[in-house]
Amino acid sequence: MQTLLLISVIVIATCGLVYELIAGTAASYLLGDSVTQFSTVIGCYLFAMGAGSWLTKYVERNLIGVFIKVEILVGAIGGASAMLLFLLFDHVASFRVLLYFLVFIIGMLVGVEIPLLLRILKDRLEFRELVSRVLALDYLGALFASILFPLVLVPYLGLVKSSFLFGMMNVGVAVWVIYALKDEVPSLAASRASAIIVLVLLTFGFVYSERIMTIAESGAYPGSVIFSQSTPYQRIVITKTRHDLRLFLNSNLQFSSVDEYRYHEALVHPALSALDNPKSVLIFGGGDGLALREVLKYPSVEKVVMIDLDPAMTELFSQSDILTQLNNGSLLSKKLEIVHKDAFIWVREMQQSANPPQFDAVISDVPDPSNFSIGKLYSRTFFSALKSLVHDKSVIVVQSTSPLVARKAFWCVNNTLQDAGFKTAPYHLNVPAFGEWGYVIASLSDFTVPEKYPAGLKYITARSAADMFYFPPDMAHLDTKIQRLDDQALVRYFDQEWSEYQIY
Amino acid sequence: MIFTRRQLLKSGAAFAAALGFGRVRHAEADAPVTGQILGASAKIGHQLRGGTFPAPITTTEKDTVIIGGGIAGLGAGYRLLNAGVTDFTILELEQDTGGNAQSGKNNVSAYPWGAHYVPLLTDECRAVKKLFRDFGIITGEDDKGRAIYNEYYLCSDPHERLYMFGRWQEGLVPQAGATDEDRRQYDAFFKQVEGLRNVRGKDGRKLFAIPVDDSSQDADWLALDALTMREWMLREGYTSKYLQWHVDYGCRDDYGVTLDDTSAWAGIHYFAGRSGVAANTDDSNFVTWPDGNGFIAKKLAAPLAGNITTQALVFAVKREGEHVAVDYLDQKTGTAHRISARTVIMATPQFVSARLLPEIASDNFSYAPWAVANITVTRMPEGTGAELAWDNMVFDSKLLGYVVATHQGLETNPRKTVLTYYWPLSHLPPKQAREEALARSYEQWRDIFLGELLAVHPELKGFVKSLDVWIWGHAMVRPLKGFMWGDARRNMLKQTPPVFYAHSDMSGISIFEEAYTHGVRAAENTLVHLGRAFATEL
Repeated sequence: MQTLLLISVIVIATCGLVYELIAGTAASYLLGDSVTQFSTVIGCYLFAMGAGSWLTKYVERNLIGVFIKVEILVGAIGGASAMLLFLLFDHVASFRVLLYFLVFIIGMLVGVEIPLLLRILKDRLEFRELVSRVLALDYLGALFASILFPLVLVPYLGLVKSSFLFGMMNVGVAVWVIYALKDEVPSLAASRASAIIVLVLLTFGFVYSERIMTIAESGAYPGSVIFSQSTPYQRIVITKTRHDLRLFLNSNLQFSSVDEYRYHEALVHPALSALDNPKSVLIFGGGDGLALREVLKYPSVEKVVMIDLDPAMTELFSQSDILTQLNNGSLLSKKLEIVHKDAFIWVREMQQSANPPQFDAVISDVPDPSNFSIGKLYSRTFFSALKSLVHDKSVIVVQSTSPLVARKAFWCVNNTLQDAGFKTAPYHLNVPAFGEWGYVIASLSDFTVPEKYPAGLKYITARSAADMFYFPPDMAHLDTKIQRLDDQALVRYFDQEWSEYQIY
Repeated sequence: MIFTRRQLLKSGAAFAAALGFGRVRHAEADAPVTGQILGASAKIGHQLRGGTFPAPITTTEKDTVIIGGGIAGLGAGYRLLNAGVTDFTILELEQDTGGNAQSGKNNVSAYPWGAHYVPLLTDECRAVKKLFRDFGIITGEDDKGRAIYNEYYLCSDPHERLYMFGRWQEGLVPQAGATDEDRRQYDAFFKQVEGLRNVRGKDGRKLFAIPVDDSSQDADWLALDALTMREWMLREGYTSKYLQWHVDYGCRDDYGVTLDDTSAWAGIHYFAGRSGVAANTDDSNFVTWPDGNGFIAKKLAAPLAGNITTQALVFAVKREGEHVAVDYLDQKTGTAHRISARTVIMATPQFVSARLLPEIASDNFSYAPWAVANITVTRMPEGTGAELAWDNMVFDSKLLGYVVATHQGLETNPRKTVLTYYWPLSHLPPKQAREEALARSYEQWRDIFLGELLAVHPELKGFVKSLDVWIWGHAMVRPLKGFMWGDARRNMLKQTPPVFYAHSDMSGISIFEEAYTHGVRAAENTLVHLGRAFATEL
């Protein structure tokens, strides 16, 4: 009995420290700034342990019964703590409140353990022996935890599994005590049942942690997640509600099937309809095949080259039935050549090749300039390099973020294209899933808004197209800096304007 | 709760990280970080201290011998070649030319082993400007006469970030925790030192020019050389610890010397000397490449391939009548050879030149040892507060932070890179620092560099593939108090035909423009001596 309780000291001490480390690490992960997270989590945890110790003075009877209940509770809450933190991160108004609440509760329960054990053992051991053994084992457990955590738990199990595992160990202690003392302590049936239920739940969590996380991820998205994949380049998630299919890349909405036609018709048709019989088209990005679907509405098009970095995207959108219905199987077109390369690197290679290919139209459907890496694809240097792949009559169109939300960023794209030597024609429309969205057409010759479009378009007509090129005062032209590789003004505008915008 | 796109992005990334956590780590954990210590051949070079050498078994005649294949030596050779002189040899001790501008390459990226950028050129850098036009680094001029630089070579945004108290900030001037007084002193300091950029002395020359010997000789300003940078800062009321840290960083970065030892003239020159402008970038920008200045060194060496002999240890330089006999040991064969030359260009650091020509010996040259580590990682360093920059510095560290070799790359999604970590060993006097450095094992070096890197970037644990260290015993001359305008440096500027000197040591500061200009000057002196007609580039 006495040995059993002493062994349990080591186990609970290890578990206690592991929970603290898990909370600190998860908080650093989710909130950044590890120094702050760790020191505040440790502080809160230690304080809570003190509170727990203090509370034990109110436990007057049935020490072992209370100890068993505390073990089950610690196991349940501590064990689920990492999963709770990750799952609830997106769903609570103040994540920090949840974090410190959880840390406090676990800390308090852990703080109850040792004083209770000391009291349980006080009649079985001399006080001198008792304090020395229990505290020595307590610190030994802490040492175990601090070594196990970085060397074994984090690398081999990850945070979520580790926390389930240690929850199981806490409950294991409870179960062990229940069975070892079933003769000494009567009426433990309720405790036994709850211990077993918690143990089963924790085991379930441990085994299925990845699946739970994936299901839970759908909570961050509207509808149900029907596909998710982490590629070396991004996390692709597709969600579905009854009438809507949505694509998210790194959690950024790329399209909603309800209104994507607006975005893609506007991206493609003003540029392509301005050309007499466009033959060759270059697309940057657009691995979903939706811009391509619009391009293929021009029978004169003989060749389309698509530069999309991620093979997983084009594979997904050429194989899945539900997605090929959306893009009309455009990615299977014989006219299409897909190149899985970085757009800028490919353009440089073509520019330096003996015979750079020439395109009648270039469509840039790359992500918004939200960081310095993507920003390069909006730089004057990139647009200048593009010149070697177009002729005097070619039309280039660049998706250019929202002229309403990020007015400076939008006009920065326009002004940068002009600085690179192009004549520009900016325009915009309302895409409900995105809001007011903008594009810039660039050409070496003058651009006239076309009046004839392919039949069957849902948004673009001569009338609606003409309207798109008018900018009301709240989106009107601004002078901006130029997006250069050595000074990415656009990325700074974009970052500032989107972070200030509170509607989306 | 409604999310902004930004919050979603952040949480999504955290989520992906959390999910991937176990699996990815598992695959990559445990592999020990391997690599080696490289470095200028100290052992071979030290043979010059009284070693014995075999007698030369061959003698050849040349117009010119250039001893040393660093930037000064390569620059001299390039200048001779462009003037039509082909009968010359560059003797280089190491396996590769380039000197401090040496570089390496692996399957992830090219990377520098030393010098890694050149600021916008000042008007006085005429020879370097011509070189930059030759190499397409400068592509033209605008109507105001400002150089247009090749956009691919200008340092991409963002340039610098600083890690303080667990967060990154843009720029290297400490912001976190800076008081109003700190900020007032920042403004005053930068206004004062940068305000000196185009100020001229009574002789009409810039107070702080690059090359330094184009600077005004006004005694009032040269007197700054009699102070240390810290003394000058205190005299001017710059008491802010943050500001002093920043200036100390600058002195260590460019000179390998702390604020307490750097000549105030040199310390101010770091800020006031960079008066170059460009048509297409900010005045503070510079040019850089994945392989650092190795990019230029390789371009210089390419047309000189037939003139370069590597692994050649010159052990004697003797005047014999009109000629100079240069004896060297071919380390590949162990045999000695003699070249009888009409002129010799000593493109070697002063401490080497003085071994070969004892009459120029001087006790006043001292050299800063450096350690440089190149760390290959298969995951990009992250961090909150500011995005990964070209130069990433940790506040209050004895190391100088790391430069990202792939920063100039055009990839939108880089996933591996090489980080070049710099460390001027200025925490001890040079001799002790050198001994300490030579005594350290590979594992000790690795642990020092990885210690800091992983403390700041725990996400790189398990993603460090290799780490090599280069020990520079004598990386650069130290511009100590009194050195910039003292007799030792002035004496080294004297030329003694038919032996000419070309090295950045002669300038007291070890930068590309100085080394290259000295090389061109020595080459043009040689052309005069050889009786060749030429139009000066200087």
